Amino acid sequence: MLENVWVIPAIPFATFWGILFFGKRLPHKGAELGIGALSLCFALSLVTGAAWIDRVDNPPVSDHTTEQATEHATGGSEIDGTEHAQVAGGDSGTGIGVLGAAAIEEAEEHIAVDAVVQQWTWWQNGGIEFTVGTMVDGLTAMMLLVVTVVSLLVHIYSTDYVGGDRRYTHFFAFLSLFSASMLMLVMAENTLQMIVGWELVGLCSFVLIGHWWEEKPNSDAALKAFLTNRVGDIGMLIGVITLFFAANQTWSIVEINSMANAGQISHTALLVASLCLTAAVMSKSGQFFLHTWLPDAMAGPTPVSALIHAATMVVAGVFMVARLYGVFWDGFSIGTSNINVLAVVGGFTTIVGGVLAFVQADIKKVLAYSTISQLGYMVMALGVGAWTAGLFHLFTHAFFKACLFLGSGSVSHAVHSFDMVKDMGGMRKWMPHTFRTFMIGSIALAGIPPLAGFWSKDEILAGASQLGGGGDGYPVVLVMGFITAGLTAAYMTRCVYLTFFGEYRGHTPVEKLHESGPRITLPLWILAGLAIVAGLANLPGDSIVPDGWALRFEHFVEPTGAYFPAISHPHFSGLTALVSIAVAGLGVAIGYAFYFRQLGPHGLTQRSTVAKAGYTFLENRYYLDHLYTGVIAGGTKGPIARAAYWTNQNIIDGIVNGVGISARRIGLWVYDKIDQGIVDGTVNGLGLGAGAGGEVLRETQTGRVQQYASVLFGSTLVLALVIALVIV
Amino acid sequence: MLLNQFLVLSAVLFCTGVYGVIARRNGVLVLMSVELILNAVNINFVAFAYWHGDVSGQVFALFVITVAAAEVGIGLAIVLLIYRNRSSIDLGQMEQLRG
Repeated sequence: MLENVWVIPAIPFATFWGILFFGKRLPHKGAELGIGALSLCFALSLVTGAAWIDRVDNPPVSDHTTEQATEHATGGSEIDGTEHAQVAGGDSGTGIGVLGAAAIEEAEEHIAVDAVVQQWTWWQNGGIEFTVGTMVDGLTAMMLLVVTVVSLLVHIYSTDYVGGDRRYTHFFAFLSLFSASMLMLVMAENTLQMIVGWELVGLCSFVLIGHWWEEKPNSDAALKAFLTNRVGDIGMLIGVITLFFAANQTWSIVEINSMANAGQISHTALLVASLCLTAAVMSKSGQFFLHTWLPDAMAGPTPVSALIHAATMVVAGVFMVARLYGVFWDGFSIGTSNINVLAVVGGFTTIVGGVLAFVQADIKKVLAYSTISQLGYMVMALGVGAWTAGLFHLFTHAFFKACLFLGSGSVSHAVHSFDMVKDMGGMRKWMPHTFRTFMIGSIALAGIPPLAGFWSKDEILAGASQLGGGGDGYPVVLVMGFITAGLTAAYMTRCVYLTFFGEYRGHTPVEKLHESGPRITLPLWILAGLAIVAGLANLPGDSIVPDGWALRFEHFVEPTGAYFPAISHPHFSGLTALVSIAVAGLGVAIGYAFYFRQLGPHGLTQRSTVAKAGYTFLENRYYLDHLYTGVIAGGTKGPIARAAYWTNQNIIDGIVNGVGISARRIGLWVYDKIDQGIVDGTVNGLGLGAGAGGEVLRETQTGRVQQYASVLFGSTLVLALVIALVIV
Repeated sequence: MLLNQFLVLSAVLFCTGVYGVIARRNGVLVLMSVELILNAVNINFVAFAYWHGDVSGQVFALFVITVAAAEVGIGLAIVLLIYRNRSSIDLGQMEQLRG
């Protein structure tokens, strides 16, 4: 299975065309094809995951592997000699594993397990080989599972949520295409293929945000998402091209990373490439200051927001950094510095997103800013070197954020609005299932133990406090992380209060409010269940829990081959965990006091000019949209338009007119001289010559047989004489 | 016997035939003259075959006779049809194909 993972994206790609062409004629309008395909993909992803776990537990033995293992072990022990000792066998947290291999693993724990790479030549040009292929390692297997699980549940949810929609079939077709693109992206073997997947998911995002394009805000949002992403995509292209030339003309991710780790690429080249790729992360993963498209992207249907703009597509940037981590590790000196671009971008984004979530009335926008904030957490984790923590947060976040988004969709299904302030309130009475799952998702997001969010967030904070140069941590980023932990808890308290508690403020008659159907509540409960247990996949090490249970995620997902830098791992820190719980608790407490108990300075934004100014500043989203559309776009489009007009009138028109006039002159000359003179002359001459020749020759055709015979015999005689004279 | 005598006979026959083909107006006589030409050739074939001691010339002569018979059959049929249409077999009047 590890060699043939290409079938996983191939299945939804096939159903995309199937649904597009035959969907409307099927009994369920194409939905059954999508659900079938994703079920199959999910099963295959499970098989892939199991195969990978088996490969890690029983690594293929070869000279090559052993050599790398030694190398890696040496690199690791320089930084933290005791680190790998905690990684020991047993069952995996994801529930698919091989039991009882612990004893063998103790002896072999430093064996590096290389990624399974399959590649085929796509085309060759000028000595450069362009390949397509698949690369499977723990990261890929984990992403496959996340994408297929969320996608499958979103498919099921959508059959109810967008049921009866005018473009129902079209919607499912593009869900399939999105799944295919995302699966292709996560198993990309080279950077070019990664760009293809990257752009395809962007395209699907554009199409699905604009699903109801008849309303102008929706198509505007789709365009905004697409164009903002283009800005970062330029960085992606430049970064990949830089890497291509820096890494001795190869697109292969494994080779680029290996060369970066072995120090065969200059630090400057890696820094330039990392900065360019960071721009791509900022647009795709909604990092400050290119995050403005993500809240607007909520114009799309809610299942799309859950799948694309929370769980999968927006983490593509995080995935890309994780995939090319060798490049970033060296480029930003992650292991030896105490501050770097990636960590600061991530840290800043978490706070920016978290603060903005407070002033939103639209429940989906709260979740969108929360997503920005959590993506900031992941980028921050990668920036401080806590690779596993970042990816683990990606893993847990996908489940609880998808759960929250689908929950918000369920509520809006009942009240026909997303406005918490005007149309919701007290919904827990009518929607018990949605309420409970939403609460589970919120608690997981707020980072209250033992739910998923706590474990992953705590590891990021531990990483920020312990990693970096000299083990001093990234203090600035750590503070940002703690602030966000409090903010997250507080804004989720506000969101839950406005939606599910208090008095009902909506316009839909109370007797019409009801819980959503099973096709909506079932995915909610599955995701809520995952939000509870996902944290157990990476319980802290240091013998706090039995070794067979700890750090399973790190053991199976973190690559160990030569293509992965020798990162070190933070220890579980009781202090960090306690502070993080305390901050989150404080956030909840303040939120509870302010909203549930109506304590504190209510109405401050009306009374105090300073508070009002701050509120207005936030309501206008830091004026970033004004900056982009008004100042940057407006300031450049005027001069550009005038310059373009001048160029058009004087240069382009001049060239076009000049070409036209000279073409006309040449045409006339050609008609006069060549066509009339030479061509017609030749043709007429041939005709006249043939006529005259015919006139002469017709005299010989008398019609008398005997004259012909005499000519025949006469010529024979002449011929005979010639032969006789010449030959004899 | 000398080969000469046969060749002389053959040449005389051939010239007679050529004269007939070119000069006579009667279609039937023209056909007969063609026969003379063919038979002049036959004599040559047989004479040379004898002279070389090789039978293939004689076989060839047999084929020529066969083909000549067929040719005469078709030729006479054409002459007959011309006569039926025009009540004359004078080749001098036959110039409809004049260019």
